[in-house]
Amino acid sequence: MTAPTRKQMHLAAHFPGVNNTTVWTDPRSKSQIDFSSFEHLARTAERGRFDFFFLAEGLRLREHNGRIHDLDVVGRPESLTVLSALAAVTDRLGLAATVNATFNEPYELARRLATLDHLSDGRAAWNVVTSSDAFTGENFRRGGYLDRADRYTRAAEFVATARELWDTWTPDGTPRPFRHQGRHFTIEGEFTVPRSPQGHPVVIQAGDSPEGREFAASAADVIFTRHGTLEAGRTFYSDVKARLAKYGRQPDDLKIMPGVTFVLGDSDAEAQERAAEIRRQQISPQNAILALEQVWGRDLSSYDPDGPLPEIDPDPDSGLVQGRVRIGDPLAVAARWRALSEAKGLSIRQTVIETTGRQSFIGSPETVASELVEFVSTDAADGFILVPHLTPGGLDDFVDRVVPLLQERGAFRSEYTGLTLRSHLGLADPVGKD
Amino acid sequence: MSATTALHLAAEIGGPPHYDARHYVELARLAERGTLDFVTLGDSFARPGLDALAVLSRVAPATRRIGLVPTVTTTHTEPFHVSSAVATLDWVSRGRAGWSAEVSTTEAEARLFGRRSAAPAAELWREAGETADVGARLWDSWEDDAEIRDVATGRFVDRDKLHYVDFEGATFTVRGPAIVPRPPQGHPVTVIDGTGGPGQEAAARHADVVLVRATGPEQAAGIRADVRHRAAAYGRDPDTLRVLVALTVDLGDAETAPEPGLESGPPLAAGGSYYRGGPVDLAELIAQWHRAGAVDGFHLTPITPERDLERIVNGTVALLQHRSLFRTFYPGGTLREHLGLARPANRYALAEGRA
Ligand SMILES: Cc1cc2nc3c(=O)[nH]c(=O)nc-3n(C[C@H](O)[C@H](O)[C@H](O)COP(=O)(O)O)c2cc1C
Repeated sequence: MTAPTRKQMHLAAHFPGVNNTTVWTDPRSKSQIDFSSFEHLARTAERGRFDFFFLAEGLRLREHNGRIHDLDVVGRPESLTVLSALAAVTDRLGLAATVNATFNEPYELARRLATLDHLSDGRAAWNVVTSSDAFTGENFRRGGYLDRADRYTRAAEFVATARELWDTWTPDGTPRPFRHQGRHFTIEGEFTVPRSPQGHPVVIQAGDSPEGREFAASAADVIFTRHGTLEAGRTFYSDVKARLAKYGRQPDDLKIMPGVTFVLGDSDAEAQERAAEIRRQQISPQNAILALEQVWGRDLSSYDPDGPLPEIDPDPDSGLVQGRVRIGDPLAVAARWRALSEAKGLSIRQTVIETTGRQSFIGSPETVASELVEFVSTDAADGFILVPHLTPGGLDDFVDRVVPLLQERGAFRSEYTGLTLRSHLGLADPVGKD
Repeated sequence: MSATTALHLAAEIGGPPHYDARHYVELARLAERGTLDFVTLGDSFARPGLDALAVLSRVAPATRRIGLVPTVTTTHTEPFHVSSAVATLDWVSRGRAGWSAEVSTTEAEARLFGRRSAAPAAELWREAGETADVGARLWDSWEDDAEIRDVATGRFVDRDKLHYVDFEGATFTVRGPAIVPRPPQGHPVTVIDGTGGPGQEAAARHADVVLVRATGPEQAAGIRADVRHRAAAYGRDPDTLRVLVALTVDLGDAETAPEPGLESGPPLAAGGSYYRGGPVDLAELIAQWHRAGAVDGFHLTPITPERDLERIVNGTVALLQHRSLFRTFYPGGTLREHLGLARPANRYALAEGRA
């Protein structure tokens, strides 16, 4: 095979769950919690030479209208523990855990991450998230104690502190005392874990506000974004990459990876048909009303999912939905939905399918491979975090049918060339302070 | 005092820190060859070493039957996180998880977190007990059959089978329910060191396995009776508790053969927690104490794991097996099954008459 000349793509696998992407009604859908499901998806990703395996996090079960949300997948294991176990059944695959910076402490989390890095010989990553509110806080000692604005200052200081801890051991394996004094943390002592096999675990950021982007530009190795279209991707890409220089960083130091879905078929037409069917499965009549209520912030259970959108306006101050990341201003979203519904004559369910159904790449393996390559070669992304809609077999087809095409085109590795996640991502090991 | 049942054996696999998973995998596999009930891995925020729970999660897929019991300290952690991590260890090991609750009493540990100052052990053990309590409630907060996948109504779970725990302790509150569905064992096994010290009440109240220290079988029997009595006072059935004598063992000496007709057994050092001698004598000691109905078994901490664990398995355990005093295979799959402990009923299902 010829040496790759084009920009190399990065690929990660998201374990699907806790959203309506997952089609749990499909007979091929297996357990969301048994270790065998995690093992299957991780081994498939590694067979495909993926950069990493990714787990999301939620720290309180979502509620809708004061009751636990029951339509989508609920329940998942604790990320770092599952990933430690996956380290036993994989050799090269990166292992990325989403862990909230608000409800953890730097010493403990830095230690758990460094442990995963040792147990996996240098494959650990931390996706730093900052969401959550008093609702989630009710499960924790401190409660919902941080304003939105403070969450990123805490996250930034958290990551900086973790890096101080990861740097405390000398190369010859002696711990040096550390002392950190800052706005959010004043801690000192000795870190218990030697410098990890890749220097530091990889840091991923997911969050889209200007503060989030700035934090990523200053401190992250990878951004997990939801900008999965070509145009939005390019805009986001150039915005974020332009922010790097002021932190003395190169564009390549931060990889941009949108979370995307895919549907394959033998032909493009077949894939489109399949995608339409999957959308209908994802947006059941019950889910359509639920999605509507999430925008409107009102009880709309009396509406017919096959009927028109409600005429009343959303309640912008509603506390109806708890534990879910909000998507924009409800009045604006409702206006968009109404316009679409009127223009195309769509029912509630059809509107929700049109606006929230999230298949990013649909087509034959050739089509999907070409589109992925186009995204990467035109700087709409550095790679993708693939979110399959089936657990755990949802990645099998992609690895068997799309990955070989990407490899033939020189857009994606055929073999791992390094041992650590940093080396897969083309990131240098951080320099320790000696 | 009720008679003890089958002999239970466990071993600690920690020692000088290792940062390589293979080391721990090998020790756990060795212990598994000896059909030990479980291995423990000590931990503390204050001394070099990896996070024990993560290490045993890494060990889980590399072993098949042995129980996995990491030390988890409760002083500077979030009870909700502790409960989730232990439940997840149970999922990844398919029902072989436990946790050994500990507290962090030093100012040095407190400064690593900067959230609170050091506190007296008694206070921290009360909190550890509350962590165990809320942990068990969170494990129950999903009924076993909460996941229904009902296509007709579009419901993945039956939310009436998910429960808020609404726990209010002295130092924390937890609303619940858990994020992790009820683990395979219902409740992973809770181990607490409970001789005399401040962990005693938490052990009697919350532990499935209590570790104790004694110099001789009579003393051990007395302590066991006391632990069982205290547990009963908390409304527990004492037969749902296993009392293991904790023994640090140094098997570095040459093998000593038992003298024919040996009656008294090898002596223990003062304080009762240290045994030095050969693996055969150790087998003799274990057999005698167990035969006397003094204990349910032993938790052995080898001073040099690589050397001593091999001697425990190939010497001590082999001899006990040869005398039919210890099993030669695992009849069950979960740690609770090894220990002869039933899978706990779910308190919330019980409350609603659905157990
Ligand atoms: C693609 C993506 C994935 C995310 N995944 C999680 C997650 O798994 N758990 C979580 O608590 N928050 C998650 N978040 C929320 C973000 O961490 C962040 O807190 C939230 O978007 C608010 O920050 P922002 O205002 O900067 O967007 C995610 C965000 C994005 C964009």
